Amino acid sequence: MWNGHIWGMKVHNLGVILVLLVIGSGLLWLLARALRGKEVDRRVIFAFIFVSVAAPLLITMTFTFRATPIVEAVFDKIESLPPGSHVLISYDFDPAMAPEVQPMANVLTRHALVRNHKVIFMCLFATGQGQLNVTLRDVIAADFPDKLDGIDYVNLGYKAGNEGVLNVIVSDFKKMFPTDVNTVPFDSIELLDGIKSCKDLDLVISIGGGLPGLKEWILFVGDPGGVPTAGGVAAVVAPQLYPYYPRQLLGLLGGVKGAAEYESHFRERYPQFDDMPTPAIIMMGPQTIAHIVIMSFIVIGNILYFRERRKGRRV
Amino acid sequence: MRREIPLAITIFVGFLLIFSVFFPPVEDLGENFSLFFDIIAVFAFFLGGGNLVRIHGKKLLKRKPDWAFSIVTLVGFFLMLAAGLFKIGNPGDISSNVTAEGSLFAIMYDNIFKPLGATMYALLAFFVASASYRAFRAKNREATILLSAAFVILLGSTPLGALLTSWMPDSLSILEIPNLAVWILSSPNLAGQRAIIIGIGLGVVSMSLRLILGVERSYLGDEGA
Repeated sequence: MWNGHIWGMKVHNLGVILVLLVIGSGLLWLLARALRGKEVDRRVIFAFIFVSVAAPLLITMTFTFRATPIVEAVFDKIESLPPGSHVLISYDFDPAMAPEVQPMANVLTRHALVRNHKVIFMCLFATGQGQLNVTLRDVIAADFPDKLDGIDYVNLGYKAGNEGVLNVIVSDFKKMFPTDVNTVPFDSIELLDGIKSCKDLDLVISIGGGLPGLKEWILFVGDPGGVPTAGGVAAVVAPQLYPYYPRQLLGLLGGVKGAAEYESHFRERYPQFDDMPTPAIIMMGPQTIAHIVIMSFIVIGNILYFRERRKGRRV
Repeated sequence: MRREIPLAITIFVGFLLIFSVFFPPVEDLGENFSLFFDIIAVFAFFLGGGNLVRIHGKKLLKRKPDWAFSIVTLVGFFLMLAAGLFKIGNPGDISSNVTAEGSLFAIMYDNIFKPLGATMYALLAFFVASASYRAFRAKNREATILLSAAFVILLGSTPLGALLTSWMPDSLSILEIPNLAVWILSSPNLAGQRAIIIGIGLGVVSMSLRLILGVERSYLGDEGA
């Protein structure tokens, strides 16, 4: 993306101002129409959402974030584990959820590997395997080419059975995963020496937002096995997990904001990754503008509602 | 006997699984039953795939409305199935990872399935905006509370929320929008969610007891039971 200067102003800043001006003036025009009692056509709403999502993606619009305690708890846990600790990351999502949760999976893997932890990957979603490949390619192959499969990380792949899988691996991994995804026997994988079940892990992280997901990891592994459990989920699922925090769930990354907070915090702590891809931070631009647009439409809708109600009373 | 035998199996397995949680000598049995369940779960894929072919095949043969879409479904299904089963283009042998880099399966997954899935989900943004405009109206006290909470959460999940109330003194920091959003999630939301979870838990216990004790027999085809 070109980030030149025009009259001493960074082009992306000028772009942001222009986008805000266009959207803002459009909303004011709709507000004025609403005060005169004119409804908004759904195609106008669609057009506004399109511009508010697309424009901030085309123009650099970045923010810095302060990690909230619930996000910081995950960061601190990975940070506090001694090097060589076993961290399991489960990819429990599909491509539909990926834009929201893939950044979490990537930054958490990057953090675990930079701390020299041993990372075990697995999936409870059949499509998780494809999403895991993204991390293997964009994080491990790109930033940690010296990390070896079977020694520094291992991919156990996908197993069908949802909660049934968790119910077994909480007491015996090998029964469910006799080999890794490349058919290497469980016993001959160096990283898994001394690992019999989930109870031998130092941290379990589930990334997802559907069923099975983080909630099932807490109910079937974290709580009965006494395994520290954390995770990252789509924003719509996060409120359902608050009852488990902080006793059964040590921390949570909720939606794009949670991922952006983690990316920001990670970059701050590890400046050598300053130029790493930060998709969540970038996505906060469209999210911010889209939220403002949605709130504006709610206000406009209510103005129209109260106007009609008043008119009805007069009649 | 058609009803008695399945009923006896349900009662036996149900009690066995309960005992396996509380009595260590039979703990392994619970684990083995989970393993049986996982093996049976694999067969659901055959059932699902078979059903998909049957329904869309019938639609295609009888030229029912929108039959052309069934062609896309069936071609996609068989192409993906063949790519996965025969590991077409896989750099390794037949036992290698089905999604290995360079395989036809991975190419189709990355270039067809992923963009389609993300597109479907992204369309929600348009419908959410349109639905919010139409449905989020302060019609009564409850709706107004819901609307206010939605506003705080929407603002709290953007940097704008922090920006708008950053001028507040420390003594009033609880009123800062991000803090208000956290409070809504960790207090009223938490109370509601816990009530729902406990309610569901009690419901599951009572339903399970009905099944184990043979009171609930609808799974056997007894519609009136």
